[in-house]
Amino acid sequence: MPDKLIAIEQKRPEGDWRDAKVEFRKGTICYSAAPKNIAYLGLPNPREWQPFDVDWKLPPNWKEIVLDGMKERLRKYRSFRLFMEICVRCGACADKCHFYVGSGDSKNMPVLRAELMRSVYRHYFTLTGRLFGSLVGARELTEDVIKEWFYYFYQCTECRRCSVFCPYGIDTAEITMMARELLDLIGCNINWVMEPAANCYRTGNHLGIQPHAFQDSIQFAADEAAEITGLPIEVPINRKGAEVLFVMPSADYFGTPHYYTLLGYLMLFNEIGLDYTVSAFASEGGNFGLFSSHELMKRLNSKIYEEAKRLRVKWILGGECGHMWRVFHQYMDTMNGPADFLEPPVSPITGTHFENARSTRAVHICEFTADLIHHGKLQLDPSRNNRWNVTYHDSCNPARAMGLLEEPRYILKSVCRNFHEMPENTIREQTFCCGSGAGLGTDENLEMRLRGGFPRANAVKYVQEKHGVNLLACICAIDKATLPTLMEYWVPGVEVAGVHELLGNALVMTGEKERTTDLRGEPFAKEVAAHE
Amino acid sequence: MKALSPLLTVLAITGLALLAGRSHDGLVLVAVILPYSAFAFFLVGLCFRVLRWAWTPVPFRIPTTCGQQKSLPWIKPASLDNPSTGWGAFRRMTLEILLFRSLFRNNRARLHDRRLVLGDDGFLWLGALAFHWSLLVVLLRHLRLFIQPVPVFVSAISKLDGVFQVGIPILYISDVVILGALLYLVARRFRNPIVRYVSLPTDYLALFLLLGTAISGLLMRFVFRVDVAAIKQFALGLAVFHPAVTSCLTPIFLVHLLLAGTLAAYFPFSQLMHLGGVFLSPTRNLANDNRSARHINPWNDPVTTHSYAEWEREFADKLKAAKLPLEAENAGQTNRD
Repeated sequence: MPDKLIAIEQKRPEGDWRDAKVEFRKGTICYSAAPKNIAYLGLPNPREWQPFDVDWKLPPNWKEIVLDGMKERLRKYRSFRLFMEICVRCGACADKCHFYVGSGDSKNMPVLRAELMRSVYRHYFTLTGRLFGSLVGARELTEDVIKEWFYYFYQCTECRRCSVFCPYGIDTAEITMMARELLDLIGCNINWVMEPAANCYRTGNHLGIQPHAFQDSIQFAADEAAEITGLPIEVPINRKGAEVLFVMPSADYFGTPHYYTLLGYLMLFNEIGLDYTVSAFASEGGNFGLFSSHELMKRLNSKIYEEAKRLRVKWILGGECGHMWRVFHQYMDTMNGPADFLEPPVSPITGTHFENARSTRAVHICEFTADLIHHGKLQLDPSRNNRWNVTYHDSCNPARAMGLLEEPRYILKSVCRNFHEMPENTIREQTFCCGSGAGLGTDENLEMRLRGGFPRANAVKYVQEKHGVNLLACICAIDKATLPTLMEYWVPGVEVAGVHELLGNALVMTGEKERTTDLRGEPFAKEVAAHE
Repeated sequence: MKALSPLLTVLAITGLALLAGRSHDGLVLVAVILPYSAFAFFLVGLCFRVLRWAWTPVPFRIPTTCGQQKSLPWIKPASLDNPSTGWGAFRRMTLEILLFRSLFRNNRARLHDRRLVLGDDGFLWLGALAFHWSLLVVLLRHLRLFIQPVPVFVSAISKLDGVFQVGIPILYISDVVILGALLYLVARRFRNPIVRYVSLPTDYLALFLLLGTAISGLLMRFVFRVDVAAIKQFALGLAVFHPAVTSCLTPIFLVHLLLAGTLAAYFPFSQLMHLGGVFLSPTRNLANDNRSARHINPWNDPVTTHSYAEWEREFADKLKAAKLPLEAENAGQTNRD
């Protein structure tokens, strides 16, 4: 295991955390948002700057803007007001944060991350704070505090693991979301969030892929799926009157290993004869607005229902993506609903009514596929995944904002023979984040990503040594983009795949040619992968 | 050092109580004016804070789900940790409030031999549970001072609390437990480097006030014996708004009274308000029925969007070249003009 990063300083924290000075070091921060992206979205204070600069070129009345913004949000969000007021600093959350565990930086303890903002809240919004100042933990808002906020609130992946353990359910993700909204108001945001958001606003997807290129990518995948199976596979785009609108994260058609998952979806839909369409406009399920502000989230999310309505589909099926599903599950209906132009989803193959989605009318692909398998509608040959010895990483959002735990496991256990769980306090609702979520998955932030991902990697290492696990399955596009690097660093020999890639491998399609390779073009293994 | 000012504060309050006992005006202040004003602060403050939370909207339904969702009929949902109904959320909250279920999950992450080891850590849960439950019992026992005749459940609790029949007067279990639990919680704040680092002076203040009140109460019972019948007379007088300065107001009782009064008055201004807040926490008290029942955001601010029509206008040429269907028939031309 690499020596450099494991030398985490577990020394006792010293000094006073209210000292706001932060050292910005390459490798542990994300760079500022390019002015063109901020301007395109019509957000405040687009300018050239970097966190290393002494002068952040804040607007002259920045303090007033931030405090007014805080006041407004305290009025609008009970979560914010409550979480500012009821913490007793019991410390139960402290070692639950992957960034604290991996960096040893005490301000990464959820309790202190929140105190960075609570201290300012007390100073300006409470009687005791005004009267007694630092005696009651109040602190003035200074430029140094803004810099500190930027550093630590862009060092939180909004994974909500701490909120599982908090006796009052205080959710640091809520506080981080508020902090990022406030920072947005004075133009302190990161490019890895703002560029995808600006792209998505313009073209419909994070990568800025325009409709003709979208069609090319999808066509390319369809051709490849056809070649692998020997079957004609076509993917309808922007087709009106289809039963289902399928929405996936754009990484699925542009990234690896996401791409193999896309092949899996296409083969599945072809096999069951699903009447569906994808959309070049709603070509992104992911929503980097979630990592910026509720307002931007709503702006980016609006296209999903708009497109479903225009295409006159009956319901929406969503692909493998973590934060997309937090938005679909907890925000979409409230923000952009009601979806009364759609119908409560019913599987056209099994007749199952997806009762749990009867209002939002959006079904997770794992729910859909698990239902198919349960009804015996798919012919599966798990031996085709023999070369893999699989474990499953619960992505934060489906685990802690939905509870989608058993569906992917059911699929995995149906499509492969070797499956081993990681230790129980590192999976399901206690799953550890990949360390790169909430817009932090950029290479300039690599050291912090590897530190934040250490607890996850550590649990993978455990099952690698104990059971010979060599594949980490997941249902999140950010996971698929960033876990391979994490594995390469901490647990070499473990690869990363989507659940529907493994399904695509195992799926025996009607009339398919004799298949000898998996979706990655690797020959099927005859022997079962080594395991205990 | 953060504990010094709270300690001095509590000592000063104690000194003040002793000083007040020396003059009639002082007695009136501590035994008459203070109880009423502290109670008023407590009640009005508590209501104000709770109502302000209750009136602040919950724009989104954001439960933290800690178990399997209710989805397909053949998958068993975790109805407690991921409730799909209001009744489930009620049960989840009940366990949270009565048994501190989330805190029960607590574990410790430690680096050991370059590996992360997650071990059990139930002490905080045990200490917190012991403190809160014994505090409840102590408070309920105090009701016998304010109500005549003493309600049956109060006598029953007292009897049960003294079931071991140890000592004269009988030593209550809750007295021992509350003292032990408070000492543990104080010691934890001092000894655990993480907790010490994050603690604020106000965290110590709350603990010291509680500890001071508990100790003075025990001293009244076992060391500086007080006339309980007289104190009951005094308390009943307060309860029916006929306060009287009587001989029961010994120094130790004044200390107990002033510390308890300060605690009550300080309560609404402090993090002790978690008492009310825990009931209102949107990550816990909502059912995870997000996709089956629409949650309404009372303000739901309108936003600017990039509509399909605008998108089609911008990419009309490319859509045409890719032979993707267009909504507007002449979109390409109008764009080029």
